[in-house]
Amino acid sequence: MTNIFNYVDRKSPVHAMTGASKLVCLLLWSFGAMSSFDPRFLFALFVLALVLFKISKIRVADIRFMLWFTFVFCILNNLLIFLFSPMHGTEVYGACHEIFHIAGRYTVTQEQLLYHLNVFLKYAATIPIVLLFVTTTDPSEFASSLNRIGVNYKIAYSVALALRYIPDIQREYHDITLSLQARGVEMSKKASLGARLKTASGTLVPLILSSMDRIEVISNAMELRSFGKNKKRTWYRYRKFTAWDFGAMLLGLAVLVLSIVLTAFVNHSRYYNPFV
Amino acid sequence: MKNTPVKSIVAIAIGAALFFVCGRFVAIPSPVPNTNISIQYGVLALFGAAFGPLVALLAGFIGHALIDFSYGWGIWWSWVIASAVAGLIMGLSKNRVKLATEKFDGKRIVTFNIYQIVANLLAWVVVAPVLDIAMYAEPANKVFVQGLWAAGGNIVTTAIVGTILCVAYSASKPKKDSLEKK
Repeated sequence: MTNIFNYVDRKSPVHAMTGASKLVCLLLWSFGAMSSFDPRFLFALFVLALVLFKISKIRVADIRFMLWFTFVFCILNNLLIFLFSPMHGTEVYGACHEIFHIAGRYTVTQEQLLYHLNVFLKYAATIPIVLLFVTTTDPSEFASSLNRIGVNYKIAYSVALALRYIPDIQREYHDITLSLQARGVEMSKKASLGARLKTASGTLVPLILSSMDRIEVISNAMELRSFGKNKKRTWYRYRKFTAWDFGAMLLGLAVLVLSIVLTAFVNHSRYYNPFV
Repeated sequence: MKNTPVKSIVAIAIGAALFFVCGRFVAIPSPVPNTNISIQYGVLALFGAAFGPLVALLAGFIGHALIDFSYGWGIWWSWVIASAVAGLIMGLSKNRVKLATEKFDGKRIVTFNIYQIVANLLAWVVVAPVLDIAMYAEPANKVFVQGLWAAGGNIVTTAIVGTILCVAYSASKPKKDSLEKK
């Protein structure tokens, strides 16, 4: 219940890096992977991410649940794309190499398959790095990292507070549901959708009202300690950058630059196009 | 009731935490994949009406990003940004609804719902699909159908959940002129 963000505490070079450098690397990496539709590049990123996983000593067992979830999400997304626009690949690549015909407007083309491969590889290139960030970064260090990369400390503090109070609110929600069930309110799948929506808001009312009280209490406590008086603040979890940190940020930068170079000079568009 | 900066910061945090808990644990699956009928937008609408656009914008942004992080499917920036836009527009209703000082009934319920309908339409039928096309190059008709579905679901749930929450919250606040001199 407390470990909702799946942080896995182990000793490894990736764990030892500061949250800030990992966050910078994650952002640059994901923007790089997002903007390019070159399967060779995306596959290289995937392999690189696997290497990083090896270094971080995170095992598949640690993330099995999330991987499963992502896999289903990815398959559904691909199916939906094909269902809605089976000729999207042809539009993108400007060519049409038919493989076989299914029915009606549904025809499998090489272009469409390449587009799907790209979508699939996009997941494969970005998900591991997100999982790596989540499993190796202590949530309480996350806020100080945000501040480090230039986010205003008041907003960074909001994130820290949100992370701090999620388990509390979750516990409270759980308690309210249990007490409602003890009074005989049906909340399982047996009740109809409308009825469940109504009971859900019934549960929310006490939760929201107690949260509003919480806002008063917390903000009074913070104001009494003069929060927000100065332009800067220090962080308990602050650490100095090491060589590994600079390495991670350089790696992220390299991914982004490579992606831009591929788009601008090699492929002359976001797509790698072998058809035209 | 004027918000102090510290109170806004705490409201963003608690709003994001509530958004996260509602979105992650109270989700009711819908027939169209990748979209849930989610009650967190009801909470977001309440925070918008109670604390204003900036608080709801950041609460939506942070809450949604945290949900994406916890699922591990990567962060879908297009939808995270759409949540922030929804919060922003819902928050514009603050000065018209006046949750803290006036009674929340009749006309104000209608105003509140007009704001949330506009917010949901703009977020899911305009912002999310357009960003999906620009950032992820997804087929247009697919993302617009997903968007329309999400908008419809969110409008209905926000109308039910959001209104109930606002009535409850407003009832818990002492009203202007609620004391009489005898």
